[in-house]
Amino acid sequence: MNHLEKLENQSIYIIREAYKQFKDIALLWSIGKDSTTLLWLCRKAFYGKIPFPVIHIDTGFKFPEMYKFRDEWAKKLGLNLIVGKNQKALDKGITCCMDDQMTCCKYLKTEALKQIIEKHKFKALIVGIRRDEHGVRAKERYFSPRDEEFKWNYKDQPPELWDQFKSKGKEDDHLRIHPLLHWTELDIWRYIRKENIPTNKLYFAKNGKRYRSLGCTRATVAVNSKADTVDKVIKEIKTTKTAERSGRAQDKEKAYIMQKLRSLGYM
Amino acid sequence: MEKEDMKIVIVGHVDHGKSTLIGRLFFDTDSLPKEKKREIESICKDKGKDVEFAFVMDHLEEERDQGITIDTAQTFFKTKKRNYVIIDAPGHKEFLKNMITGASQAEVAILIVDGHEGVQEQTRRHAYILSFLGIEQVIVVINKMDLVEYSEEIFENVKEKLLSFLKKINIKSSYVIPISSKQGDNVSKKSKSIDWYKGKTILESLDTFYKQEASNNKPLRFPVQDVYKIDDKRITVGKVESGMLEVGEEIVFLPTKKKTKIKSIEVFEKKKGKAESGESVGITTTESIFIERGEIVCKASESVKLSDEFKAEVFCMSKKPIKTNEEITLRCTTQEVKCSIKRVLRKINSSTLKIINEDVNELKETETGEVIIKTKKPVVIEKFKEIPELGRFVFVRNSNTVAGGIVREVI
Repeated sequence: MNHLEKLENQSIYIIREAYKQFKDIALLWSIGKDSTTLLWLCRKAFYGKIPFPVIHIDTGFKFPEMYKFRDEWAKKLGLNLIVGKNQKALDKGITCCMDDQMTCCKYLKTEALKQIIEKHKFKALIVGIRRDEHGVRAKERYFSPRDEEFKWNYKDQPPELWDQFKSKGKEDDHLRIHPLLHWTELDIWRYIRKENIPTNKLYFAKNGKRYRSLGCTRATVAVNSKADTVDKVIKEIKTTKTAERSGRAQDKEKAYIMQKLRSLGYM
Repeated sequence: MEKEDMKIVIVGHVDHGKSTLIGRLFFDTDSLPKEKKREIESICKDKGKDVEFAFVMDHLEEERDQGITIDTAQTFFKTKKRNYVIIDAPGHKEFLKNMITGASQAEVAILIVDGHEGVQEQTRRHAYILSFLGIEQVIVVINKMDLVEYSEEIFENVKEKLLSFLKKINIKSSYVIPISSKQGDNVSKKSKSIDWYKGKTILESLDTFYKQEASNNKPLRFPVQDVYKIDDKRITVGKVESGMLEVGEEIVFLPTKKKTKIKSIEVFEKKKGKAESGESVGITTTESIFIERGEIVCKASESVKLSDEFKAEVFCMSKKPIKTNEEITLRCTTQEVKCSIKRVLRKINSSTLKIINEDVNELKETETGEVIIKTKKPVVIEKFKEIPELGRFVFVRNSNTVAGGIVREVI
């Protein structure tokens, strides 16, 4: 097996472990390249038909291209799509980046997700985070428990060895499952090329700019780039010295904001 | 060309310089993103400190404030030969389960010792865990040589003590290197201050290590993970732990002893004639038989022993001790059975290796025991030395992993 095949096989194993343990499980799909890769792996794990719902948390402030992409591919792949939106907060006038990143991420993402979990009684969520994205994410486990407040107790995480993953304890509200934890940004793009996975056109350069990581319109900045094909993106990432999430406000507004967001239940 | 990946764990006593070494490796291999550098610089400035390499890895707030690593974390750096994934494991005793989590994923290890302080409690315990986990490729680095004026005598002294300990636990260290992470001596560049040392730098040593080969030549073990009904097919899915699957092969499911033949190997939108170890695949069989998770597919032509009693080395990670005759869940691949420790033959302090004579009917946190385990139902279990994937297991109590175990002898 080559490198990408090893990554793929390990992820499929984890996805199948998750589904074996939880029937009330869902995949979080942000429409970005990572969770779309994860969607692809879930299709492979279950021979074409994903046996659980796919959730998109819609802050109401995503790029129009993202909504279009979502609806097109949800239909093509026959997904059971659930869209989660914190309408109450939006009605109250909470908007993206109103004063600080903590507030809008909390209400429009974390709260919206809480509402969906409560409504559908999900016991586990499959999430496409990777260790190389951010220092805090590097500390995650494949199976990571959250309490009823969604809190991630990073100080006391369960041991995880030899592919023996945590099962849900009485004290856990739900488990986050991270089948892409061991992938890097470059791995993702190489796999996208190999498998011909659909990716949003926002990732490719137009007028000298492209998005490397996608979030809300107001919290995401495009980077300077001439990479307008998957091959060129791969070439660019190989040599870049810029961090992948450099265009994402929640990662750098304050030193520990990502850590705080994650411990409060952010993805 | 894609470069291969290799996972290294860096272990050692608290404050002996693991995080600083990692920062240095990133810095010297030019693997730090610009923002990260800036972020580190700005945080250090906020705290009124000089830039510290250790902050590259220690991302959590508490870790920065106290300057210690709490959990295991992973990052990446490159050499000409390959990409390395670094697993940073915490040195504090109370974070031992995090250290084991990190180390269990590693292929090679760097054991770091402070040349000034010498071998300490966690140096020995971590070395012991490397040996327990079966990590054979180990580099020893003696750090902070700048604080002892690059003294060869001090180096030789620490080296001798450590090597005699490592010998007891069967670790043959390939390299022992005097370094200073802070000054950059012998990490990626040969040190001018340590002219008496003629050996390799850390990076040169790492590049000589080899990748573990797939266990294709071993007997077939394909643990059943789940059974899916896809259209009109029943597909038994799992990961080939050792050996190879082949269409047409006569197989037996254990422990139920049901025999059949492999009709097809199923991966999405592809047909396969064979599947090698490490692959997650599905099979269909010529006879339709009822199969459940936890059964192990083996070749019908090979004799496989079913056991309900075996000798193992168990490392306890639970605050609440594990008592003899306590009913506990054992998981080995997808097998899950109730079992108990029948007898503790011997238990030792995992740091000093001294035999513990008190409370010999239980294993306490960080203690290791040579024990006899009795399972309620027969399982397919192997000596770790023969098929490692089937020779390691965990104990689970109330949905938490509380111990790891290595099979030494099947009775």
